[in-house]
Amino acid sequence: MKFARLVWANIFRNKRRTFLTAASVAVAMFLFASLRSIITTLEASAELGSEARLVTRNAIGITFPLPEAYTSRLKSTSGIRNVSWANWFGGVYQDPQDFFAQFAVHGESYFAMYPEIRIPDDQLDLFLRERTAAIVGTGLMERFGWSLDQTVTLQGTIFPGDWEFTIRGVYTPDNPSFSDQTMYFRYDYLFERTNRQVTPGWFILQLEDPTAAANISTTIDALFENSTAPTATETERAFQAGFVTMWGNVAGLVRAIGTAVFFAILLVAANTMMMAARERINEVAVMKTLGFQNRTLATLVLSEATIITGVGGLIGLLLAKGFINPANPVNVMLPGFILTTGTFVAGVGISIALGLVSGAVPAWQSARLSVVQALRRVA
Amino acid sequence: MTTTKPSSDQTSSGSQTATALVEIRDLKKSYYRDSQEIPVIEGVTLTINRGEFLAMMGPSGSGKSTLLNIIAGLDSAEHGSVIVDGENVTAMSARQLATWRGRHIGFVFQFYNLLPVLTAYQNIELPLLLTELSKRERKEHVLTALDVVGLTDRAEHFPRQLSGGQQQRVGIARAIVSDPTIILADEPTGDLDAKSAEEILDLLTRLNEEFQKTIIMVTHDAKAAERAHAVMHLDKGVLSR
Amino acid sequence: MKIPLIYNLRSLRQRPISTLTTAIGMALVVAVFVAMMALSNGFRAALVGTGAEENAFIVRKGANDEMSSGLSRQTVSTISSLPFVAKDDEGRPLISPETFVVISLQRINGGMGNVVVRGVSPQAIKVRRGVEIIEGKMFRIGAREIIVGKTLAQTFPNTAVGEQITFGGQPWTVVGHFSANGSAFESEIWGENEQFMPVFRGEVFQSVTFRMSDPSAFAGIAETLENDPRLFVDAHREVEFYENQSAQLGTILNFVAVFIASIMAVGAVFGAINTMYAAVASRAPEIGVLLTLGFKPRNVLSSFMVEALVIALIGGLIGCLIVLPINGLVTSTTNWSSFSEIAFAFRVTPRLLMYGLVFAAGMGLVGGFFPAWKAARQHVGDHKTRRVNSLLELPLNPRKPRKDSAAESTEPSDSPQKEIGGHGFRSVSYISYFRGFRGFSGKQKHGMGTNLLADLQRSLHSKASKR
Repeated sequence: MKFARLVWANIFRNKRRTFLTAASVAVAMFLFASLRSIITTLEASAELGSEARLVTRNAIGITFPLPEAYTSRLKSTSGIRNVSWANWFGGVYQDPQDFFAQFAVHGESYFAMYPEIRIPDDQLDLFLRERTAAIVGTGLMERFGWSLDQTVTLQGTIFPGDWEFTIRGVYTPDNPSFSDQTMYFRYDYLFERTNRQVTPGWFILQLEDPTAAANISTTIDALFENSTAPTATETERAFQAGFVTMWGNVAGLVRAIGTAVFFAILLVAANTMMMAARERINEVAVMKTLGFQNRTLATLVLSEATIITGVGGLIGLLLAKGFINPANPVNVMLPGFILTTGTFVAGVGISIALGLVSGAVPAWQSARLSVVQALRRVA
Repeated sequence: MTTTKPSSDQTSSGSQTATALVEIRDLKKSYYRDSQEIPVIEGVTLTINRGEFLAMMGPSGSGKSTLLNIIAGLDSAEHGSVIVDGENVTAMSARQLATWRGRHIGFVFQFYNLLPVLTAYQNIELPLLLTELSKRERKEHVLTALDVVGLTDRAEHFPRQLSGGQQQRVGIARAIVSDPTIILADEPTGDLDAKSAEEILDLLTRLNEEFQKTIIMVTHDAKAAERAHAVMHLDKGVLSR
Repeated sequence: MKIPLIYNLRSLRQRPISTLTTAIGMALVVAVFVAMMALSNGFRAALVGTGAEENAFIVRKGANDEMSSGLSRQTVSTISSLPFVAKDDEGRPLISPETFVVISLQRINGGMGNVVVRGVSPQAIKVRRGVEIIEGKMFRIGAREIIVGKTLAQTFPNTAVGEQITFGGQPWTVVGHFSANGSAFESEIWGENEQFMPVFRGEVFQSVTFRMSDPSAFAGIAETLENDPRLFVDAHREVEFYENQSAQLGTILNFVAVFIASIMAVGAVFGAINTMYAAVASRAPEIGVLLTLGFKPRNVLSSFMVEALVIALIGGLIGCLIVLPINGLVTSTTNWSSFSEIAFAFRVTPRLLMYGLVFAAGMGLVGGFFPAWKAARQHVGDHKTRRVNSLLELPLNPRKPRKDSAAESTEPSDSPQKEIGGHGFRSVSYISYFRGFRGFSGKQKHGMGTNLLADLQRSLHSKASKR
C-alpha cells in the first residue's frame, strides 16, 4: 500500500492524542469483553443441564422435600433408566460470606448419572465405603487449600450442628461451565445424623430416550398429583435455567451498560477524529488540488480511525482475555467465566465499527470540502 | 467587456511553433453574499500558448486567483469554457477533475502548503502516489525534481526544518514531479523575503526556459511579473494587457 | 485577578460539537454510575426498610436466615410472656410469630418465580409500622385468606383482590393488597400463621418479631433471650438482620457500580484530555495575549481548569437527566439466602445525583489538569522576554518549534524580538497582540471579537485599580 505511509504519518502526528484515543477504546473493549463474558457465562450455565435428565421436585417449591418412597415409583415408570436424588445442605465453612454449594447425594446412582463429574475410580470406591466421605471440586480444593484425606468441619444452617467430612475424592469437571466449586457427600450421612428425618430434596431421572422428556414429565407429575407431595418435573436444563433467571435481569442491565459504554467511547473517538480532521482541512484541500479523489481521502481518514480504534480494541480485548481466567474470583459465583471466541470477534468488530463511524464524519466533511474556500481560509 | 486576442505572435517562448494550450472563452463568475451578486470575472477570453510564461497581476479581489482556480479545475464558472490541451475542463465532473488535475496541473501555493508530517521527499512523492509508477520509478522522479530545485541534501527534512524559500522550492518540486502540462503559481513569492523570492523566480524561469513548462503565475509583485513573457492585468473581473 | 468565566463560555460556544460530544461522553458515564448506585440503593432500601429499629427479631440459634430457622410453640409462648415485649392499647403483646416458606408460582409473563409466603399473627401489621393495607382488607383469623404485597401483585397472576391462588394444595382468597415502604415485604404473600403451619412445615415457626417496650434496651434483651435456658435462640435487631442479608449483594452491586464507572471514566477522561489539549493548542495565541495583558500563568491554569469543569458539569447534568427516568423502575433479584425473589425499585435520590455531579467534576478536573498545565506553562521563566517572544512566534506557528528545527529556522533572523527592549515591551506587545489576534480570528468563523478584548481589559483594569 503506497498510501500506508501517509496513514502512518497521520497516526503519529499527535502521539498523545492517538494514544489517548486508542487507550479509551482499549478500556471500553475491556469492559465490553468482561460484561459480555458475564452474559455468555450465564447463558452457558443455563444450557449446562442435560436434556437427557429430568429433575423432579416438590411442586410447592424447591425448598420442600419429597418422600423417599417416590424412588421406587419413579424407577418403575417406563422410559426411566435410572433414578438418583440429592439434597441441598447449605453448610458454612468458617466464614458465611465464603459461600460454596454442598450436595448430599446418593453416591451409587448419582455419579453414574453425571459423566460431567470426573472422579478417579479408586477415590469413588473409597467414597462409597465411608459414610462421612466427601468429594470436592478442584477449584474448591484450591480455594481453601484443602488436601486429600483432610477432615473439614462445616457448620450446618438448615441442619444445625458441626458436620465433619473427610475428603476422599477430588473431581474435575469435564466442561468449564460445570462448577468445580462444589462438595458432594453421602446422603445416608445426612439421613442418619438427622435421625432419619431427611427425605430427598429432588430426584434426578435418567431417560432412556431424551425426546420423550415432555411426555414422561407429564406422566410423573400426574402420578403424584393427588398425593401429599405433588411434583413438578422438568428437564435438567430447564431446571438450571430457572436458577439462572433468579439472577434477575442481569443480562438486560449488562446490555444497557454495554450500550452506554459503546456510545461514550464512540463520542470520544469521533470527537478525536473530528479534531484531527479540523486541523488538517488545509492539507486535505492541498491533496485535492494535487488530484486526490474524495474516495481516496475518505479511505485514508477511515483507515487511520480504524487502525487507532482497532489497535486500541485489540489491546483491550487481550487485557480482558488475561483478566478473565479460571483464577478470577468471579468464577466462584459464575463457573466457567471465560472469554468466548464470539465475544472476541464481536469486540474486534465493534472496534472496527467504532473507527468507521468516528471516521465517517471527517471523511464526509473532507469530501464536501471546497478547496477554494479551505485554502482561502488559511491565506 | 474586453476581449484579449490570442497572442501567439507576441509570445516568444522556447518552443518553435507556438500552439494554443489553454483556451478560455467568455468566462463569467460571480459570488453571492446575502443574495447580492458580486461579479468576480466578467467575460474573460484568453488563449495561452504552450511554453508560455504568463503573469497575471491585479489588486486584491480582482479575480485573478479565481481565474487561476478555474483553470486548475478547483472552482467552477457560471458561463464560458476553459479548454486545456483539447479537454473541456469546465464540463468535467468533480471526479474527472481530480484525475485531470493530477495529470495536467502543477500547483504552487503562496504558503507552500506542504504536509507537515511528511519529509520533503515524501511531500514531493505525493502526486506520484496517484500514478501507476513503481516505487523505484517514483524515487527516480522525486530525486530528479529535488535535483532541479537544488534540495537533494534536504530530502529527509520535514517542512518545519526548512526555511520559507526551501519550503517553496519543495512546493515547486512537488508541482513538477508528475510532469504536468501547466504549472499554476498563486503568489509563489508572496510570503518570501527578497532573496528567496529571487531564487524562486529564477527557478520558475529555468523551468520555463530549460524544460519548456507552461507557467501561469498570479502575483502582486511587479518584479516577479517582469520575469514573465507576458503580463495580464485583471481588474474587477476584466482582463487587459 | 481572574480571567472572566465568560471567556471560557464563549470558547466553548465556539466549538459546540466537540464540547457536546465530550460532555455527552461524560454524561453517559455519570448516567451509568448513578443508575448502578440507584440499583444498589434500591436493593438496600428494600431490605433495610424491611426491618424496624424498635423491633427485635428472633431465630433459632445459629440460623443466618429465616429459611433455616425453626422455633417451637413453646419457645414462642415463652417469648410472648416476657416483660420487654410491648403491648398494644388493648394489652395484647405486639408480637408476630411467623412461618416462612418459599413457593414456586407462575409469573404473568411465563416462567416460575419463587415467592415468600409468610404466615404472620394478626398483630403483624401493628408490629411492623410501615405495613399498610392499600386495597381490600386484612385477612380474617381462621380463614383461608391472604394479603399480597403490591409489587408481587404486579408480577403474578390471580392476585387481584377477590381472586384465588392455589398453593400448598389449597386455594387461597386474596382479600387485600399491602404496601410496606418499598421494602422486600411488598414481594411477599402474607396469611395467618396458623393456617400455613399444617400446609407447609407443620408445628414450627421460623421467626418471632416483637416490638420492644424499650428499644434502647436491646442489648440487655438479647442477652436475656440468648441466655435463657428454656430457649435456643439468637436475637437481632430486625433492621440489622435484614441489613445483613442485603450486605453481600449490596456490596457487590456497589463494587460493580464503582468498578464499571471508574473504567468508563478513564475512557471519558481520555476524551476530555484530548478535547482540552486541542482547545489549548488552538488557542495558543490567545493564551499569549492573556499573559501579555498581565494575567498570571496560574490564572490561565485555573481558567482552563474551569473550562474543563464546565464541560464536565454540563455532562454531569445531562447524565443526571438521562438517568432520572429510571427512578422507580422495578426490577428483581433473588435473595440468595432464601432463594426468594425480591422486587425493588431503582432509587435515584438527590444525594446520588450529587454524587454523579461530583463524579463528573472529578473527571473534568483530572481531564483538564494536564492541558491547563500545559497552557499555563507556555511561559514559565523570565516573563517579560518569554511572553513577547512566544507572542510573536505564536501566530506564525501555533506549536512550539522543536529543538532540532530551531537551529535551522530562518524566522528569528528578521523577527522583531531583538528590537524589543525592556521598556518598549508594552507597546510592542500590543502591536503583536493585534497582529496575532487578527490572524487568529481571521481563521475562525466566529472570531472572539473585540467585545471579548474589551471584557478582558476591563476586568484587568478594574482589578488593578482596586488594588
